[in-house]
Amino acid sequence: MKQYAEFMARAYTMELEATERYAQFAESLETHNNREVAQMFRKLADIEALHAKRILEQMQWPSMPALPPAYAWEGDEAPETAPFDSLHYLMQPWHALEIALRCEQRAQKYYAGIAASKAPAQVRSAAREMAAEEAEHVRLIRAWMARVPRPAAGWDEDPDPPRTNE
Amino acid sequence: MNAPLTVALQAKDFKSDYKPVWCPGCGDYSVLSAITKALATLALRPENVAVVSGIGCSSRIPAYTTCYGFHGVHGRALPVATGLKVARPDLTVLVASGDGDGYSIGGNHFLHACRRNVDLTYIVMDNHVYGMTKGQPSPTTEPDWGSKLAPGGTGVREFHPLVIALASGANFIARAFSGDPNGCAALIAEAVRHPGFSFIEVLSPCVTFRPEQRGWKDAVRPAPVEFTDDPGRAARRLMTDDGFNIGVLYKGARAPYSPARGGTRPVQDLETAFHL
Repeated sequence: MKQYAEFMARAYTMELEATERYAQFAESLETHNNREVAQMFRKLADIEALHAKRILEQMQWPSMPALPPAYAWEGDEAPETAPFDSLHYLMQPWHALEIALRCEQRAQKYYAGIAASKAPAQVRSAAREMAAEEAEHVRLIRAWMARVPRPAAGWDEDPDPPRTNE
Repeated sequence: MNAPLTVALQAKDFKSDYKPVWCPGCGDYSVLSAITKALATLALRPENVAVVSGIGCSSRIPAYTTCYGFHGVHGRALPVATGLKVARPDLTVLVASGDGDGYSIGGNHFLHACRRNVDLTYIVMDNHVYGMTKGQPSPTTEPDWGSKLAPGGTGVREFHPLVIALASGANFIARAFSGDPNGCAALIAEAVRHPGFSFIEVLSPCVTFRPEQRGWKDAVRPAPVEFTDDPGRAARRLMTDDGFNIGVLYKGARAPYSPARGGTRPVQDLETAFHL
């Protein structure tokens, strides 16, 4: 049971970190006046926040579980957290979804790995469910991407570039 | 900021409401995140921490935290921080800088801050370029990096901050990478815990003026050997280092500078001392 609760706490933290990162991305792009993409990241943050809330409800936790204040993943960041360097100031909504797609794929792989591991049965079963859920998110994001215009070649060309490099 | 003392603070409690204006994708976002995570891990409180900086993109950090902040004069963050720590040893003092502010304009202060070994944590976000002023070569820019501002490159060899820090007496030397905010947070926390002058060079890509630095994530690796407390061994290691080994590289045992503190005196007494 302890291991199951720990697993769910990690899952919760994963969703929370993804929420925070998308919110940071939204702020960054709002600052740089790319409102369309900022809005897309806000939507993604809201979706991840909903997933986090669902875990709390499922576990009947009134608030964040007892984890260290800055819960750290060993090595890299959580699988569903987009890297800070993913952004470009001229990026388009399709790019935001592409980032989200990669995050969901990493999360799916992470859970599938636990489901196939020698973890206790309850943890493996929960991981299987999570992996299936992430697979569904992958499908939904792909469908979403199909509805959003794909950026044309040269989308990152700025007629008044900040760079003065050769 | 006024939460009861019993409540453990989280990283978000160290972030202010000011939104960073760095370019999207800038490594400094990650360093800010790492600093706030480290402060939460150390169970510090914003009112017990001061963040001092100079000028440049990275030096905007104090405003983005809920700690005390001082956005100072170009290259002069270390003297300000030194004075603050000596006057208020109870505060945890972090100093934020960049490769231009820290190694060029503030280069001399860097040497003497290492030598004095006051209990500070110096975080230098190194992107090998002056980003805020549109991409001039900095002290750590490669000699052959050409731009319209330096056609064909400067031809001048790079500054080696970690070697300089060691030779000047820094008590803790580490290198972090902004692409790993959790690893960076752990190094910052370790640096704060270590007594004396702790220096962390953070490789923090400038995606606008040095977009090729996005490739740093493939170049960095954990340092292949544990840190050493032997300055001679550390010197050999740092001199042959290719700039991408991440982790604590040197931990010294020199006692931090701590001036004898006289008792407080009434202001009138001080006035008498200055009377002509």
